[in-house]
Amino acid sequence: MTFIQKTSLNHGLISCHSCHLLCRRNSSAGIMRCPRCGAGMHLRKPYSIQRTWALIISALVFYVPANVLPITTVISLGKAQSDTIMSGVIYFIRTGMWPIALVIFIASVFVPVLKLLILILLLISVQRKSAWRSKDRTRLYRITELVGRWSMVDIFVVTILVALVNLGAMATIHAGPAAFYFSAVVVITMFAAMSFDPRLIWDTEASSHG
Amino acid sequence: MSRTIACHECDLLHRIGDMPQGASARCVRCGALLYRKKNNSLDRTLAFALTGMMLFILSNTFPFLAFKIEAQVQQTILLTGIRTLFDQGMRTVAVLVLFTIIIVPFLQMAGLLYLLLPLKFDRLPPGLPQVFRFVRWLQPWSMMEVFMLGILVAMVKLMKMATIVPGVAVFSFLALIFIIAAMTAALDHHQVWEKWDELR
Ligand SMILES: [Zn+2]
Ligand SMILES: [Zn+2]
Repeated sequence: MTFIQKTSLNHGLISCHSCHLLCRRNSSAGIMRCPRCGAGMHLRKPYSIQRTWALIISALVFYVPANVLPITTVISLGKAQSDTIMSGVIYFIRTGMWPIALVIFIASVFVPVLKLLILILLLISVQRKSAWRSKDRTRLYRITELVGRWSMVDIFVVTILVALVNLGAMATIHAGPAAFYFSAVVVITMFAAMSFDPRLIWDTEASSHG
Repeated sequence: MSRTIACHECDLLHRIGDMPQGASARCVRCGALLYRKKNNSLDRTLAFALTGMMLFILSNTFPFLAFKIEAQVQQTILLTGIRTLFDQGMRTVAVLVLFTIIIVPFLQMAGLLYLLLPLKFDRLPPGLPQVFRFVRWLQPWSMMEVFMLGILVAMVKLMKMATIVPGVAVFSFLALIFIIAAMTAALDHHQVWEKWDELR
């Protein structure tokens, strides 16, 4: 493998997002289509920074009701008891189920916040044209892409609980409104990570080295 | 045969020459995996997709989890929770769960069967680029392994209250997770495009 210290950006080329075919960039206006797979071609993901910001802000807005409102309500013999994500974690700690408390806390509280913070850091560093530790920043981006899906675990737990604990008057579990807001947070942050273009991290480096 | 590709994560250009089977090329600047050459990729992917389809049918028809509390038994299938969520008015959440654990894995396998079966006999399936792009787009939305973790958490949570009996579907679902992971790992995207360039 030989290595050409050049990018497609400064070489008049364009790489297909979908099939990775490298083509000569055509200068005429309008959207260029990949000659092999037909996908629309962009040098960088379109409006990457604006889109990612918009999605991060909406995720933050949804994050509040996701944590304040109840995610489940247990109705047993006429009595109703509601739990939020955090009160569920506290219940597991009190009853000594540490591993489960940790799984829910990491997946539902820690990961979404971490993911949003990393994306904010990446956006600010790209907007300030920083060339600071580009390789580590790319790694951070890969982490956000990988871990986001695991936040869905609490939604799946609720799905299984409502199916199993459905014994009429004796015991029934209902999903609460936080289930909706929380799944919105997960989906929106996944789209936010997808709309960020990691090549933006390296673009400043290429221009500062000539 | 050597070709030039741009790193999808940092845009650096690389020339990739002939590589031995199983070898992989990484970006020298950011470390992203550029390409991995896989043995009999299309045949193995096809075999995993076929096996996966059978496990998929088992997982969706056989008993999933049973909940025993004193004399009462609540028997469920995989779809029960999704239906209950829907009946409780949580329609968006129900659709999202249905999508991520049932529809996406099914479409991934069906899409690959549609593409790879004809390619095996050197025929071009109509709409190959669109179908293949769609199958790749689905990838991050398949969340069966996260659901499996959810099963474990729910079982521990209910342990003190009742007995949970896992049914056939739980085990076939677990096997399906590994088969789909193997199917995704076996697929060499480049070989599909090579076939397409060669046949069209
Ligand atoms: Zn393409
Ligand atoms: Zn790279």
